[in-house]
Parts: sequence; structure tokens; C-alpha cells
Amino acid sequence: MLCAKRERNVRPREMNSSPQRYTSVAITLHWLIALAILCTFLLGQYMTNLQISPAKLKLYSYHKWVGVTIFLLVLVRLAWRLAHRPPPPPASMPAWQHSAAGFAHFFLYALTLAIPLSGWLMSSASGFQVVYLSVFPIPDLIAKNKDTAAQLEQLHEALNWLMVAVIALHAAAALKHHLVDRDNVLWRMLPFVKQRGAVK
Amino acid sequence: MRFQSLLPLVALFAFSLPAGGAGVDYAKSEITFVSRQMNVPVQGRFKKFTAQIAFDPNKPASSKADIDVDLGSIDTGSADADAEVGKKAWFNTSVFPAAKFASSSVAQTGPDKYEARGKLSIKGIGQDIAAPFTAKRSGDLVTFEGGFTLKRLQFKIGEGAWSDTETVADEVQVKFRIVTTGNK
Repeated sequence: MLCAKRERNVRPREMNSSPQRYTSVAITLHWLIALAILCTFLLGQYMTNLQISPAKLKLYSYHKWVGVTIFLLVLVRLAWRLAHRPPPPPASMPAWQHSAAGFAHFFLYALTLAIPLSGWLMSSASGFQVVYLSVFPIPDLIAKNKDTAAQLEQLHEALNWLMVAVIALHAAAALKHHLVDRDNVLWRMLPFVKQRGAVK
Repeated sequence: MRFQSLLPLVALFAFSLPAGGAGVDYAKSEITFVSRQMNVPVQGRFKKFTAQIAFDPNKPASSKADIDVDLGSIDTGSADADAEVGKKAWFNTSVFPAAKFASSSVAQTGPDKYEARGKLSIKGIGQDIAAPFTAKRSGDLVTFEGGFTLKRLQFKIGEGAWSDTETVADEVQVKFRIVTTGNK
């Protein structure tokens, strides 16, 4: 009852100004991509040290498929974002934090595209074409070359650790907003929640 | 004394003379294959092989081919796999170092087109195969190009866990290009 009452109070504000929360599509894509990144990152760490075996060949393929999936989901997400502007930052947020967040988000989009791309090129350079889901062959942009493969492997790894750093910053900032500033920044992106004391 | 020390050399030379009059130009010849791992075609090749070819386009039926492939010279496309395929489950190269093909018949199937039949032996297992090929002459060079599909499990190439054909397909496409020189 209380909730319903509060919701009614909030609604007129939402209608007058920009939306408070991200759209459910944006929220779903955000967490789906986050989960896929976590899985394929850990898989990448695990599989490279394995002795050659049928399981290893399978895991490598799964890793590549998840990478291609992430790439595609990020493209969908960017297209969605262009059509649906994110909710504005809380008024209490300093401008420098807003631009820092914007920069970090841009960096994350760039990395989530660049990492699968570097993996794809690395696979081509190693002489293994990527065949998405074992069905769709993705063309090789570059020819097989041992040195290029080794360089791309280093790049793929370096970009991943860079991403780990940016994600750590991103998550720390979100938690700081939620726990210290107690504003609605994290709440806007949380799934399955309808209400948070967005404004105290 | 001097003459005696030369004897082995002379003998070596005599044995290395090609039987059919034409010799193989190994720099221009190759044996390659395409295996499929998780449905990804992977190129490989054998760096060392010897071939004895006797071929007369006017009497193709009298042709003969004997090919010995050094399985240890495999380049599977990745260092990981190169080290693996010599092992017992694969080629078991310490016991079976070579694959051999000996033709039993050659028949013409079209202009410049032929088919060789014969026995392919790998890992102590012999299987009859048929390999269509073309033979094209330019000057004193004859280029033979062809291939066949080998089913690796028939030769127990990849046993145990590796017999899973979902990971590594049973079919392996083998292709060859053999160039002989000194053809009359």
C-alpha cells in the first residue's frame, strides 16, 4: 500500500522530466554482457594453461563464441542507447564526476568491442578461423603469421587487464554512489527493483 | 684405399637415382591436408616425403606411384598439436614413422584426368583408397595434383578421447602436388 502510494507520487515527476531508470532493455543488455564478460574472461584464464585435449579445443571455441556474442550484444546496446538516452545524472553529482563517468563508459564500450576484435584477429593469425557456433564462418582478415599471432595475443591480454581495471573503477564508483552518496545512480541500472529512495 | 672410401658414396648415388627416369622436384611438391577442429578447417602439411613416380600419358595403366610420408615431419598448423600427434593415440611415430601409399592401378578418366587406386598404410593399417588427380605437362615438368578424403578413425589416428569426431572430424582432406622433372 505504502509502495503504491509512493510510486504514484514519483510518476508525475518521471513524466515531466527525463526517465529515472534505464530502460529494461538497456538493463538486461548491461547485465547480460557483464555476465558474459565474467564467464569468458575466467574461461580465457583457465583454458590457456590446459594440456591439449578435446576439452581444450571445445573450451577455446566456446570462448570465441562468447566473445563474438559479446561483440554483437554491444553493437545492439549502442544502437539502443542512441535511440534511448540514458537517464540524467543526479543533480547533486559534480560535473567532473559526470564527465569521468562518461569517459569510463566510452572506454568500456570501446574495450568490449576491441577485445573480441583482437581475439578474432589473433585467431586468424594463429591459423584458426572463427566459426561462430560451429556454423557461421567469420572471414579471416589477416593471414596466418606466428609473430603477428604472438603480438595479438599480448594485445588481447593487455586489453583484458585494462578492462579489469576500468570495470573495477566502474563498480567502485557505482557502489560509492549507492552506499556513500546514497543517490539513485546504481538503482537506475539494477534489475528487478522498482523503487529505491532515489531522492531522500 | 682412396677408391674404397669412395664406394659408399657411389652406392648412395646409385640408389638415389629415380627408377622411372623422372625425378621429383621436392621444392615444388607438397602434401597438405585440411582437418576440422570444432568445424574449423585447419591447414596442415608434411614437410618430408619421398615419391617414386613412373608415368606415361600414352600408357596410363602402366603408371606406378610409391609415396612415403615422414609422419614426424607433420606441421598441423599449431605447435601444441605438432607435439601431440606423434603420440601413441595419434600416429605413434616411434613405432610407425611413415605412411605409405603404393598404387595398384592407374586409369584415365578424362583429358589430363586420372585416378590412382592403391593401398594406403598408416599405423600398421592398410586401406584401399582411390585418388583422382590431374597430370599436366609443361616442358620437361609434369605436375600431378589431386587428393582424397581419409577417414582418420579407419587408421586409428586419434584414439581414446580423441576419437570424438565432434571435436576433430573423422574426414581429413588430403591434397598433393608432385612435380617431376626430366620427363622425356
